[in-house]
Amino acid sequence: MTAIGLAQIAIILFAVIAAAMPLGAYMARVMGGERTALTPALAPVERAFYKLSGVDPTREQNWPSYTMAMLAFSLVGFLSLYGLQRLQGFLPINPQGLSGVPADLAFNTSISFVTNTNWQNYPGETTMSHLTQMLGLTVHNFVSAATGLAMAFALVRGFARNESSTVGNFWVDLTRAALYVLLPLSIVLALAFVALGVPQTLAGSAQATTLEGIDQVIALGPVASQEAIKELGTNGGGFFNANSAHPFENPNALSNALEIWALLVIPFASVFAFGRAVLDPRQGRAIAAAMAIVLIFGALFVYWAEAAGNPLLTDIGVDPSPGNMEGKEVRLGVSSTALFATATTGTSCGAVNAMHDSFTALGGLLPMFNMLMGSIAPGGVGAGLYGFLVLAVIAVFVAGLMVGRTPEYLGKKIETREMKLAMLAVLIYPLTVLGFTAASVMLQTGLASMNNAGPHGLSEVLYAFASANDDNGSAFAGLSGNTIWYNTTLGVAMFVGRFLFVIPVLAMAGSFATKKKAAASVGTFPTHGPLFVGLLLGVIIILYLLQYFPALALGPIVEHLLMAAGRTF
Amino acid sequence: MSSKVAAPGMFDAAIIKRASIDAFKKLDPRQLARNPVIFVTEIVSALVTAFFVRDLLAHNGEAFFSGQIAAWLWFTVLFANFAEAVAEGRGKAQADALRKTRSDTHAKRLIDPYGEAGMKDVLEGVSALDLRVGDVVFVEPGDLIPGDGEVIEGVASVNESAITGESAPVIREAGGDRSAVTGGTTVLSDWIKVRITAAPGSTFIDRMIALVEGAQRQKTPNELALSILLSGLTIVFLIVCVTLWPLAVYSGAYLSITVLIALLVCLIPTTIGGLLSAIGIAGMDRLIRFNVIATSGRAVEAAGDVDTLLLDKTGTITFGNRMADEFVPVGGVSERALAEAVLLASLADETPEGRSIVALATSRYGLVAPALGGEARTVPFSAHTRISGVDLPGRSLRKGAVDAVLAQAAPSVSEWSGRGTTTLSPGVDDRFHVEFDQAVERISRAGGTPLAVSENARLLGVVHLKDIIKPDIKARFAALRAMGIKTVMVTGDNPITAAAIAGEAGVDDFIAQAKPEDKLAYIRKEQQGGRLIAMCGDGTNDAPALAQADVGVAMQTGTQAAREAGNMVDLDSDPTKLIEIVRIGKQLLMTRGSLTTFSIANDAAKYFAIIPALFVAAYPQLETLNVMKLASPQSAILSAVIFNALIIIALIPLALKGVEYRPVGAAALLRRNLLIYGLGGIIVPFAGIKVIDLVVYLLHLA
Repeated sequence: MTAIGLAQIAIILFAVIAAAMPLGAYMARVMGGERTALTPALAPVERAFYKLSGVDPTREQNWPSYTMAMLAFSLVGFLSLYGLQRLQGFLPINPQGLSGVPADLAFNTSISFVTNTNWQNYPGETTMSHLTQMLGLTVHNFVSAATGLAMAFALVRGFARNESSTVGNFWVDLTRAALYVLLPLSIVLALAFVALGVPQTLAGSAQATTLEGIDQVIALGPVASQEAIKELGTNGGGFFNANSAHPFENPNALSNALEIWALLVIPFASVFAFGRAVLDPRQGRAIAAAMAIVLIFGALFVYWAEAAGNPLLTDIGVDPSPGNMEGKEVRLGVSSTALFATATTGTSCGAVNAMHDSFTALGGLLPMFNMLMGSIAPGGVGAGLYGFLVLAVIAVFVAGLMVGRTPEYLGKKIETREMKLAMLAVLIYPLTVLGFTAASVMLQTGLASMNNAGPHGLSEVLYAFASANDDNGSAFAGLSGNTIWYNTTLGVAMFVGRFLFVIPVLAMAGSFATKKKAAASVGTFPTHGPLFVGLLLGVIIILYLLQYFPALALGPIVEHLLMAAGRTF
Repeated sequence: MSSKVAAPGMFDAAIIKRASIDAFKKLDPRQLARNPVIFVTEIVSALVTAFFVRDLLAHNGEAFFSGQIAAWLWFTVLFANFAEAVAEGRGKAQADALRKTRSDTHAKRLIDPYGEAGMKDVLEGVSALDLRVGDVVFVEPGDLIPGDGEVIEGVASVNESAITGESAPVIREAGGDRSAVTGGTTVLSDWIKVRITAAPGSTFIDRMIALVEGAQRQKTPNELALSILLSGLTIVFLIVCVTLWPLAVYSGAYLSITVLIALLVCLIPTTIGGLLSAIGIAGMDRLIRFNVIATSGRAVEAAGDVDTLLLDKTGTITFGNRMADEFVPVGGVSERALAEAVLLASLADETPEGRSIVALATSRYGLVAPALGGEARTVPFSAHTRISGVDLPGRSLRKGAVDAVLAQAAPSVSEWSGRGTTTLSPGVDDRFHVEFDQAVERISRAGGTPLAVSENARLLGVVHLKDIIKPDIKARFAALRAMGIKTVMVTGDNPITAAAIAGEAGVDDFIAQAKPEDKLAYIRKEQQGGRLIAMCGDGTNDAPALAQADVGVAMQTGTQAAREAGNMVDLDSDPTKLIEIVRIGKQLLMTRGSLTTFSIANDAAKYFAIIPALFVAAYPQLETLNVMKLASPQSAILSAVIFNALIIIALIPLALKGVEYRPVGAAALLRRNLLIYGLGGIIVPFAGIKVIDLVVYLLHLA
């Protein structure tokens, strides 16, 4: 670990928080339907959307209709994306002449993009035509993120409102999130990427002759625009298979810093927006602090683990000073790779600028644990906020009792119904992650995809399902996911992780909205300040450590111990 | 405040004996199904027992281990049952004492109570169990009152010690606020006719028996929510343990079902699961020992949430009644003339204040209370008009609350704002009015209550009623404020008087010149603002407010209507108890939260005991995780299971007594409890399991 390395991490995180606070204020206004600086330019577009689609923006929905609207929208998105992939061979803007995508892969990819996961079981540049990339994948990069933001604000309204039967209008939330937040930011960011050297073209691949005199096909395309929304929308689906490790996606240290900034800024901003929406910015700051602590701790932990290098390599004479460089880009270095890995798994982004598979056992453990916690530090666009709020509800319930009152969060009493819904949401994760992992290591078809044996192989599978389940989409690499078994089960995990999680969350939003807001007093459990932050962290770590400790012990922990004893996989 | 109802100690031998037997009775799965965590434990205990039998028959050398695991799993279930049984046992002992008062009472029923058939006084002997609502019974000295009812005729002194534990007799009479009688109490002197208002089986004593026995116990809202959390955690750990088997197989370790079950039981929150219902029962029990009967556990929980306490000034903040202390004449009226006028005006005022005026007038001025002749028309005092008086030929005397008298005495004196400004009607002497105002203000400032006296719409002067504030009340209100609870004093006094007393007593707010509907309006307003309100009351006119309040404590001496409307009844009729009720409610919730935290925090140590034990054969390097250096894999697992069972027993006293509540504000309270039960919950089992492991090793149990 070096001072420069630590300074890199500090500067990037500072830039994130500095931008997230005003952005959060702006987002609170956007999602609250208020006027913003961009209103004069965008309001006519917004109105045109409503007129075209026949949406009455003033009509609010109760939680079931809000949920149904969201599900219907996602279903249409899924079907159209599936059709687009299957039929891309017959459609225009396909300069490479790529043929249709196989059924199981198209199924997996469609769910992957509709759920904001962007798990890619395929090399993008040689599988998807430009039309599929632009009309299919990039569109979903926007709308799946906007959907996440919409759902988060439905929950926020549940807390903010007093005895209300409605939680907002899904169509309005979707439109405003995409139009006012994601679109302007990604235009600016895409231009910045172009300036940093990221290609943006509709032309096909370039042919080049290398120094050895061999012809090489160099894939090109509209990379910068996809890169921008890939990070901003915490999507993570790269244009290239190598994702942000590819020099065209992430050419230099500055673009790397910008990518980390972009994937963290909206999740943090949504938390600040939440504080404003409930008219108590301290509430947002407390949650942001808890998220930031997990993030910083994670980055330092990975940095420490990776900078320490691999003792086995040091023993045979490799210089340990650059740290463990296997699978990392030399131009990016260990420190910003560590931050990237922590940020991308702490959000549901899943973009990678290095192969997590090649991290040391402990360096790989942390990104995995980040995802096992449901990617909540600071989480995906929208998803991080609602995921974290569910945990806050559980934490407040247990701890709130200890002050001798019926627990309440933001003035809303947490009662049987909310507890049922919170537990329902929380139960889904271990069920799919541990269930599918267990099934995969029992089945020949599951085992056949693993590149490595022993605990490292287990880590690969566990990582894949953790990633799919919380709609992260990053891969440990080393697992060949493009098989019928993994395409299907990972697809199911992505679906379950997104929709079966969010339905109870929206129901909770509806239930909280109808409740009367209790007045705060000295006897009320304060949900801002360091004590609450500490409590949140304690509950979250304990809750997830208890769920995954056995699996982690058999995966990365034992791998680490074995490495110390000289055994590798 | 000790209860006079038989109150056995926490670990009375008889209770322990009964509870030990009940612990086995409660193994019935139909009963245990109400408690998901313990139910799961019972099922897996049965499963391990089956494995033990298999191991015995197979002679595979595992029987000694699986037998011990099975035994300790059963102990876990039994200890949880025992905790509940002990909590119930205390209630059952009290219920037995109460039941004695109920058995074979004979009633003297009036055949024709209203004389419609000309047999007004004819009695028939019936069993109390045959009485129906509406029957009228005649009760003489020495008789037990056969059922709950209302006195419709007569007056008697009644011994209510069977219920309240208070042996001093109380007066019960027809009409007014003291007409309610309770079945099972004894008439000491005189006679009363009682109209039965509750059918046998649903009388106050019946309800009390059911409550203390816990027979009708329903899970309270918060308990239900907590059960859901615990069930959720149980399912999570079921998933963890079930999926661990394939992961272990992949890793080259074949786990026996017995050790997986041991892991499961250690992880699921058996500690809080086993103690949860005991905590609830003990909370109700604490209230009962405190001579307060809650009609539902929901009310006890709500008590913990109370934000605002509505307290009647009289009897709660101040000692009993205000006494007349001084007559202040104005406008040249002599003191004696004023005394004479106010004496006449107070003859029809049966309130203690009215009587104190009569007493002062007769004692200090030597006046004799005259018998009012036929020409006199009395205006009795009512809480609504707040005026009493008498109309004699040519004289119309009134005495009462200042604003009420002013309003009536001079209809054009439209307002008395309380700051001494009065809209005067033309022709009223300014100087004289200033004198009156000054007197009123002086008395009010001193914390006294001024009563205005008028004759024929002319003000004669002011009566000074004095209030004495209870000495310890200010400290109690400060404690309440530290808890985050606002206190509101309700008084019929005018705003200045109210403010003076409020300031002296240290309440946060007051409602002056309160009419019964003001209370109701105030409660509604507070509830609209998202606050929970507690109040106590005894009169029939308190009933709507008692019903509206989130916690309504009716006094046992109160009317039937008040007792029906509230969700608690205070047998000692002590309004200051509201403060203790809130404390008990908070204690109940805190105990649940603390033990839940403790239970979950325990799991960390159990993992460190069991995980290395499970996998050390496949990966010897995992021995590193055996931070407690437990002797062997088997002893590690056994020790964790034993700890898990014993901790339930160890925490029973805490569950029954409750976690101590300190009025220090939520943040400080949370910090303290997190430290004790959160951090403590992580550390204690490391030490506990290590000690048990040493014992297990020394005894060669594994």
